[in-house]
Amino acid sequence: MCLAVPGRLLDIDGADPLLRAGRVDFAGIVKHVNLSYVPEAKVGDFVLVHVGFAISTVDEAEAGKVFSYLREMGDLAELSTDDSP
Amino acid sequence: MRFVDEYRDPAAAAAYADALRRITTRPWTIMEVCGGQTHAIVKFGVDELLPPGVTLVHGPGCPVCVTPLELIEKAIDLASRPNVTFCSFGDMLRVPGQSRDLLSVKAAGGDVRIVYSPLDALAIARRAPDREVVFFAVGFETTAPANAMAVAQAAEAGVSNFSILVSHVLVPPAMTAILSSPAARVQGFLAAGHVCTIMGVKEYEPLAATHHVPIVVTGFEPIDILQGVYMCVKQLEEGRAEVENQYARVVRRAGNRSAQQLIREVFRIVPRKWRGVGEIPASGLGLQPRYAAFDAEQRFGVADRVVDEPGECISGRIMQGLAKPPDCPAFGTVCTPEHPLGATMVSTEGACAAYYRYRRVRVPAGNAASPTR
Repeated sequence: MCLAVPGRLLDIDGADPLLRAGRVDFAGIVKHVNLSYVPEAKVGDFVLVHVGFAISTVDEAEAGKVFSYLREMGDLAELSTDDSP
Repeated sequence: MRFVDEYRDPAAAAAYADALRRITTRPWTIMEVCGGQTHAIVKFGVDELLPPGVTLVHGPGCPVCVTPLELIEKAIDLASRPNVTFCSFGDMLRVPGQSRDLLSVKAAGGDVRIVYSPLDALAIARRAPDREVVFFAVGFETTAPANAMAVAQAAEAGVSNFSILVSHVLVPPAMTAILSSPAARVQGFLAAGHVCTIMGVKEYEPLAATHHVPIVVTGFEPIDILQGVYMCVKQLEEGRAEVENQYARVVRRAGNRSAQQLIREVFRIVPRKWRGVGEIPASGLGLQPRYAAFDAEQRFGVADRVVDEPGECISGRIMQGLAKPPDCPAFGTVCTPEHPLGATMVSTEGACAAYYRYRRVRVPAGNAASPTR
């Protein structure tokens, strides 16, 4: 039920904040999405969409941290193995 | 698909599984709160990558599953009325009421429609001013901004033939109820990432401190879940109980403020019944008095109806982390997705449906209490 899918914002229409909307591309499937809750979203941004509403923008810098965390952990694990008696 | 496929990378999954094995010295029981996470765990076999003794139990975070029989019966009542067009997300249609479901109302000629968004229901109301259009507003915090917007737009445009049947529930009170139960065995939580996208992470801090449980806000892809489990186990092993955010690519600490603002404008906090669990104080949303005209329960005079829960289904125990689907004697025999006894078998995000779909063959009957591997 809380399923939300990231897609790329193609364009924005509507000046009324309650009706701000735009087209979002989900890897080829394009849907019209309400943008009222992501006033910061710009064309080209990835937005997270739930039941026709964008509820967040995807932070690309944060998105990579899942993998950099892994690399850091790998380094830490090697260090702690070297340090172990 | 970007921001999805990379979080399913087998090499990264194996690396997180290795890292987890290195830091785990004791058995731990962790609950993933959201049904979407349960589905991903069972589908991708994330639980099978965990070290022996690290057990994931499945939480109450499937709104379809926790909607009480009482509200299903109210929905069936309204949908059966000749002047009503009843709109709902698809997965509510097969939840069994006392004698039938919404789909059988549709089969009998009722005007029951599946919509993708509450705004679609509002659009139907605008196109058909002679019909009473009711939207079944089910969901957690994630869905509340969408339903709040539908009501706000209806009020703004003066759409008088639109109303919502509200069954909104909130996650933190359910987590408190689980931790406060004498049978509680949950030692850490993976909090529901999309709920926190709306509400932020702050409301979990008192919960972590009071009950001394680590809470890691976690996403929905296999790598997200493995990292969430890793962060949670690391806290448990180090004796910490903090709120951490694994899903920072979409969850900000303060949440989505404009969404929170409209939720507060349209809804207020009320007690709610949870199917299989019972009433939890301050655990749901109802319409603010100024939006009472959009409350379907009041408009159609069904607010006072009381329906007792059926006793045959163990979904309440499953959603509190006290049992797993194969523990139920009805699982896969008299209770199947075609003929569900309870909502956890109906919803695609229900724990029973996930086990039925992905694990039915490998779980031998009578041996279900042991970890499934």
